[in-house]
Amino acid sequence: MFDIVSFFPRAVMQGIPLLYGSTGEILTEKSGNLNLGIPGIMYVGAISGVIGAFLYEQSAAGRPLSAFPAIAIPMLCSLLGSLLMGLLYCFLTVTLRANQNVTGLAMTTFGVGFGNFFGGSLIKLTGSEVPSVALSATSSFFRTSLPFAESAGWFGQMFLSYGFLAYLAILIALFSSHVLNRTRIGLYLRSVGESPATADAAGINVVKYKYFATCIGSMIAGLGGLYYVMDYACGVWSNDAFGDRGWLAIALVIFTIWRPSVSILASILFGGLYILYLYIPTGMDLAVKELYKMLPYVITLIVLIIVSLRKKRENQPPASLGLSYFREER
Amino acid sequence: MLSRFHISKRSSLSPQKAWLIRGGAILLALVICGIITTITTGLNPLDVYATIFQGAFGTARKSWVTWQNVSVLLGISLAVTPAFKMRFWNIGAEGQVLIGCLASAACMILFGDKLPNGLLILVMLLASLFAGGLWGFLPAFFNARWNTNETLFTLMMNYIATQLVAYYIIVWEVPKGSGKIGIINQNSQMGWLPQLAGQQYLLSILIVAILTGAMYIYLQYSKHGYEIAVVGESRRTASYAGIKVDRVIIRTMTLSGAVCGLMGLLLVSGINHTMTTTIVGGRGFTAVMVSWLAKFNPIAMIFTSLLLVFLDRGAGEISSVFSLNRSFADILTGIILFFIIGSEFFINYEIHLTNSAETEGERHV
Amino acid sequence: MGSPCAIKMENITKRFGTVTANDHINLELHEGEILSLLGENGSGKTTLMNMLSGIYFPDEGQIYVHGKPVTIASPKDAFDNGIGMIHQHFKLVDVFTAAQNIVLGLEEQGKFDLKAASARITEICQKYGFDIKPDQKVYDMSVSQKQTVEIVKVLYRGADILILDEPTAVLTPQETDKLFDIMRAMKKDGKSLIIITHKLHEVLDVSDRVAVLRKGEYIGGVLTKDANQQSLTDMMVGRSVTLNIDRPMPVDPQPRLAVKNLTVYDQLGVKRLDNVSFTANSGEILGIAGVAGSGQKELLESIAGLYPIARGEIMFYDPESGQEKNLVGMDPLDIKRAGVGMAFVPEDRLGMGLVGSMGMTGNMMLRSWRNGKGLFVDRKHPEQLANDVWKELEVVTPSTSFPVRRMSGGNVQKVLVGREIAQDPAVLMTAYAVRGLDINTSYTIYNLLTAEKMKGIAVLYVGEDLDVLLELCDRLVVLCGGQVSGVVDARTITKEEVGLLMTQHRKEDA
Repeated sequence: MFDIVSFFPRAVMQGIPLLYGSTGEILTEKSGNLNLGIPGIMYVGAISGVIGAFLYEQSAAGRPLSAFPAIAIPMLCSLLGSLLMGLLYCFLTVTLRANQNVTGLAMTTFGVGFGNFFGGSLIKLTGSEVPSVALSATSSFFRTSLPFAESAGWFGQMFLSYGFLAYLAILIALFSSHVLNRTRIGLYLRSVGESPATADAAGINVVKYKYFATCIGSMIAGLGGLYYVMDYACGVWSNDAFGDRGWLAIALVIFTIWRPSVSILASILFGGLYILYLYIPTGMDLAVKELYKMLPYVITLIVLIIVSLRKKRENQPPASLGLSYFREER
Repeated sequence: MLSRFHISKRSSLSPQKAWLIRGGAILLALVICGIITTITTGLNPLDVYATIFQGAFGTARKSWVTWQNVSVLLGISLAVTPAFKMRFWNIGAEGQVLIGCLASAACMILFGDKLPNGLLILVMLLASLFAGGLWGFLPAFFNARWNTNETLFTLMMNYIATQLVAYYIIVWEVPKGSGKIGIINQNSQMGWLPQLAGQQYLLSILIVAILTGAMYIYLQYSKHGYEIAVVGESRRTASYAGIKVDRVIIRTMTLSGAVCGLMGLLLVSGINHTMTTTIVGGRGFTAVMVSWLAKFNPIAMIFTSLLLVFLDRGAGEISSVFSLNRSFADILTGIILFFIIGSEFFINYEIHLTNSAETEGERHV
Repeated sequence: MGSPCAIKMENITKRFGTVTANDHINLELHEGEILSLLGENGSGKTTLMNMLSGIYFPDEGQIYVHGKPVTIASPKDAFDNGIGMIHQHFKLVDVFTAAQNIVLGLEEQGKFDLKAASARITEICQKYGFDIKPDQKVYDMSVSQKQTVEIVKVLYRGADILILDEPTAVLTPQETDKLFDIMRAMKKDGKSLIIITHKLHEVLDVSDRVAVLRKGEYIGGVLTKDANQQSLTDMMVGRSVTLNIDRPMPVDPQPRLAVKNLTVYDQLGVKRLDNVSFTANSGEILGIAGVAGSGQKELLESIAGLYPIARGEIMFYDPESGQEKNLVGMDPLDIKRAGVGMAFVPEDRLGMGLVGSMGMTGNMMLRSWRNGKGLFVDRKHPEQLANDVWKELEVVTPSTSFPVRRMSGGNVQKVLVGREIAQDPAVLMTAYAVRGLDINTSYTIYNLLTAEKMKGIAVLYVGEDLDVLLELCDRLVVLCGGQVSGVVDARTITKEEVGLLMTQHRKEDA
């Protein structure tokens, strides 16, 4: 029997990192920056949080941790790490007008390497037998679920059983959606991504908007990495465990046609597809499970093709996506 | 008011000066990398560079491996270049190589005991060319017909290839339950590319060397190369000149994919004799940078791919000597790339410092 | 002295690389006047105005607004000083509504209220009689509606200094008249306006004063009432010109290209050509006149096989075999393979006719790259051709491999025209062949076209300057709103009559 009550929470937990990543990338792309460095940034966000938590746990030296710093330190570290990555991307692509694709790919190389290097170093520091760092004390704070999660039966398990970062992801997505569609800042940001020359002529500071959108987007994406380590993985960092979720987040951006609010459900759907193979009775045939893992990508491809076939103006990528802007171009 | 920078596009810069700027950026990046390594390892900077060099060219065997790695990276870079020259942002080389790997591995496994070796290798060649070509054809077809975003399309195709490979690895795993294929046809060596002059590294180097020359001539002197250059500049100009833009896009991407497929063949049957989902190891993405850094010039790509492989091998040496993590190489590679990417700005633009004191004076008189 | 200056520009200089676009320019705009900024294409009008709107920053010089020295480093600074510019190329976001575009960039505090903004926009529209709806998407708008959005945008911001960059280029005469009425109404409101144009009758019609630029230099200013077409032309071109284009009679004109009932639609399904019919003869220059956007571009691209044709025929009469060929449904390659010698100098030189990053040789190859058997391109002949064009047309370039993008406009056009003529075509089509060129280069082009005509080639000349059309061409096809409103003899018709045809739809007679 397909067990929706146990499947759904797992799908959500798979989906939350994707939701962070795609919300961050949507904000970034709305400013006209196609940031292919998101996978790297999510690694950096994760490892920065891990380093913060590790140092705090070390300094506590076995005494029980207090809740506020145990949450605040990893979060601040994570935000700082991904902010720096966002700044680097902006400096190269906006200020120095470098090619966005190349910069993004280089950042992913760098970010994944950065995550694995410091992850590996921490593993070495702890001298552990298994190739991972466990920060279960910190993780327990991140994993604290809402009250009544236990007592509210299936409802509690499906909707109340997550750590606060999961709810934060949904709030951020809703808020981003609101900002993009209902506020002045959102309108201006979209104009920067659609036509920077127009925005510029209208007195909008294109560079500032690109920097802010990209850096905030990076920080949001970085939280996705933090969520993965602290909540989903129960505080266990092992190298390369985060996998290619960053790319899946970019796929999600296309899948949702640049809408953070749609991304909430879509990320859960993707999360579900990602783990569907665990729930499909394939018997002993492990191979077929690998084929199921292909689903999110195939579906994204189909959406991408359908969107391009339908040519609806509102559904196209931001018109200047991937292009750098130089005012005195002549 | 503070002094203000004024940035304008350079009217022209000689290629020599441009390469001088790039070289300067690389040097600066190497210095930074040295400093970072010194901080992490406590080694004196000169030793760092010596160790890097040791890692890449320390022994004859290391040199061979370095050149073999160069040949793989260069080969993939050559493959993606025609598409990029056409401004077709194909970041799916990873998947195109991988699917080529899958095709040749499949032939080796399925026909290993049914065909004579020569014929088997021919079948493998055709299969891998076809598989890679198909992976290149699909995004090009949709882009040419409906302007479907090629960057995102090719990206998705990578993961579809990865999962296909994952699927077949389990189907063909040896021994059962290991999740690995192991060395294919270990005893019969069926479908293994021959060794040249008893030198196991030479064949791939030779093939890629020929490929480099061929690609240079193709892009520089052939009619196809001219069409690619025009389409890359402006699709409208191309239609005006009677170039069938759709056909050129599809043909060029299919070619790109097919060459990637060939590299897949080289990886599986020439070098590794096995297949994993990570056999390409991100080189499909690195190739994008190699090609772009070399300004799509196949000859210059020899140097850019050598630089990246040199660094990778060197950093690998440092990490093993100091028992650091292998990923140290990625960090150093990242830093070098950032510097070169950043240096392009100084090649394309010039910065004037307007003397604000002077204009301020005028304003307030 | 008159009224105080709304704007005073002092010693403004702007360079782009080695090109000086504006050279120590002094310009004044008085309060409550309409000033025409007159000059040929490429004389630096738009560059100068872009420094008022904050798009460019001057290399030297000082700007005063209402007597105060100001620094305009960004469009925002321009708005803060009450300066609003309506650009020639509209700066609108296509996927936004009119209202969204209009409030773009406003530094208002408090709640973002698009409804309140829409109400104010409706108010402005009613005041001046604009026909736009605040919630209409820009991609659904006509050109004149887009321009209206631009104007409302500036008014919404309460600008008291308005700059209009060639606003009439895309308008029908009726729309132009309406625009001028609006400009006069704004003047009455106490606003100061600058209109950039190179059309003399508009200058005389709407402005109080005229300032003339020539090759980046300020030539002088006169009150409009003291000026006439001749005096303004003299200032603009520097010397008194009667065009005096040599126009020999056509020799043995034979039908070469017949367009019959041609109808085309653009991507959005708008009809661009409506039942167009005419015949181009060998040995004559057939001019195609019309307000910009009347279907000229679509017509030439349809003939060249670059535009999808809904209905109609394009018949080519082969001078050698005498055969008839219908070109409908062929692309440029098919046309070439059918043995039809067709040369085409498109309007967008670097975006369609040439490859900007290649040198002269590479660009010569655009027409010949397919020649010869085998896989490889022949560079020898194009190189030879490039050298010939270089010498014969006196192209200024350091070498035949120097990227054409970096050449000046006139030299770019010489490369393009030189290549097209060298094809030895039977039909030569040119679109705005002298746009942006100096007088000398323009004459070079006129002479080249006339020489082609005397070789027995059918030349189609799409132009915007009526004087040139009337002195260069043998016959004229006048387009109006995608229809042919007249096919006339260029030797006998007057400018006024052509002007009338350009603005009159003739639906009843076929």
